[in-house]
Amino acid sequence: MRPGSEPSLLADLPRLALLGVGAFLILAPYLWMLLASLKPGSEIFRDSLTLWPERFYAIENYGKALAEVPLLRFLFNGALVCALILFFQILFAAPAAYALAKLRWRGRDLLFGLVMLGLLIPYHVPALPLYVGFARIGLLDSFAALVIPFSISVFGIFLFRQAFKSLPDELIHAARMDGMSEMSIVWRVVMPNAWPAATAFATFSIVAHWNDLFWPLIVVQSHAMATPALGVLFFRAEEAGNDVGALMAAAVMVTAPMIILFLLAQRRFIQGIATAGLKG
Amino acid sequence: MRDAAVIRVPTRASRAIGEAAAAWVLCAPAAISLFLLLLGPTAALLLLSFTDWELGAPDLAWIGLGNYEELTTDPVFRIALRNTISYVGVVMPLSIGLGLAVALLIEGGVRLRATFRAIYFLPVVSLLVAMATAWQYLLHPTIGPVNRLLAMVGVAPINWLGSSDWVMTSLCMIGVWENLGFVVVLFMAGLTAIPKELYAAAELDGARSALDRFRLVTWPLLGPTTLFVVTITAIRCLRVFDTVQALTRGGPNNASQVLLYAMYQEGFSYFRIGYSAAITVVFLAIVLLLMLIQTRILDRRVHYA
Repeated sequence: MRPGSEPSLLADLPRLALLGVGAFLILAPYLWMLLASLKPGSEIFRDSLTLWPERFYAIENYGKALAEVPLLRFLFNGALVCALILFFQILFAAPAAYALAKLRWRGRDLLFGLVMLGLLIPYHVPALPLYVGFARIGLLDSFAALVIPFSISVFGIFLFRQAFKSLPDELIHAARMDGMSEMSIVWRVVMPNAWPAATAFATFSIVAHWNDLFWPLIVVQSHAMATPALGVLFFRAEEAGNDVGALMAAAVMVTAPMIILFLLAQRRFIQGIATAGLKG
Repeated sequence: MRDAAVIRVPTRASRAIGEAAAAWVLCAPAAISLFLLLLGPTAALLLLSFTDWELGAPDLAWIGLGNYEELTTDPVFRIALRNTISYVGVVMPLSIGLGLAVALLIEGGVRLRATFRAIYFLPVVSLLVAMATAWQYLLHPTIGPVNRLLAMVGVAPINWLGSSDWVMTSLCMIGVWENLGFVVVLFMAGLTAIPKELYAAAELDGARSALDRFRLVTWPLLGPTTLFVVTITAIRCLRVFDTVQALTRGGPNNASQVLLYAMYQEGFSYFRIGYSAAITVVFLAIVLLLMLIQTRILDRRVHYA
């Protein structure tokens, strides 16, 4: 494809049509979820394939979803857990990544080897011993149990190390000349210069933990601690779970935050998750 | 000058010590949590898989390969393993084939590029449990739009998630839906990295048709990307859990058991920690095997780029 040789719309039509059909199939669940959340049960269960609601039932459905289980609480929990996880991941990973990338010391290769080893292990693997450990110290069903296991991100260390390595050494020498400590070099010199890596990592981390079901399912029992993913299951277990309209309303509300974030920062999201895919 | 030389030696040495000390301080939180939260528990898991420990039991006994022997005769585990492998075997190639096609189509022009990319990527960022609930409604045997559409062309209603004949097919469909956008984005990144001059050169050399250019330029240069995408997608598929938990709970009659769900049930419903650990070790072994294969091929073959 030569640059500037955009084909006419007519010639481009088959391509757009094929992509359009695929896009429709991708969007179908969203479309029906959204439309069902606006319909009364009588229309959902009616024996015909109607798309648009005849009677708008949004207030009832969304109201019921919010009343039946503490959905807003789930959303708040999700946001808090994601924020705490990201905070600790960066707090722990960035200094280590800097030491691995820019300092010379014995043990560097060993630690980096262990980080690479960690990259091979899916987080489902340590779950069982961690669960036993949290049960022993009575920390199940708490924010600590939701956050602590993810406070270390080997992928974060790996990604930041790559980003820090490409920064010029002169930058760091100059900061040392100014009398900065190594720790303040990490936060005030190196990190601000590795912003793309940081945002890519942040989007990856937030998406992964907002959407995670496995670990919250294991450690959380109460509604008070439930994250959005678990909240959907709790909602379905309630009586209102049989009310398709309300259930779809709940599904819309827990899916929306990530989709809105994604639409606002598409490029960062795609970059973040694609780098994670290629290197994680 | 002499004075300077005398002073410089100890400074250098102390700086090296200072640098090492600083490095250890900087790494301590990460290193400690790496051991406590990842490597330590993984080692503990390996050890637990050789014991008969059940949560709440007063003590545990070393039973060697006992759990692994039980795995070979456990019908539920065998179904889980078979289902997981066939899930990977279906979802991975379909996602990659369709994903490559979509990526090529999107990259084939300029119109609506960002829009299509965003649409196909949407499932990757969506809360899978919630979307599974939407799928449950779509695939509902009586009120689901899918069966109603099929009824219009005269197909009898299918019990997508409730019959053991269809349940894995349905989960695979959702799996492709979920993974497609991920593959598309990775391939799009790979495609933009191919130098445009190569296409012009191939055309000069007589590669007239788009298919020729794909065969001569795109596909070989996409080799490393494809290898990554295959491994990553396979591992993503291997971790199938959310849809099973949300839609079928392994049913009906264990027809949709998968590795992680069997591990979850044994460990966290029946509290058979040792046995669940053995299932997890099998899961980890498959993940490591896939990565090993990737490294091997990478070392040997894919050196185009």
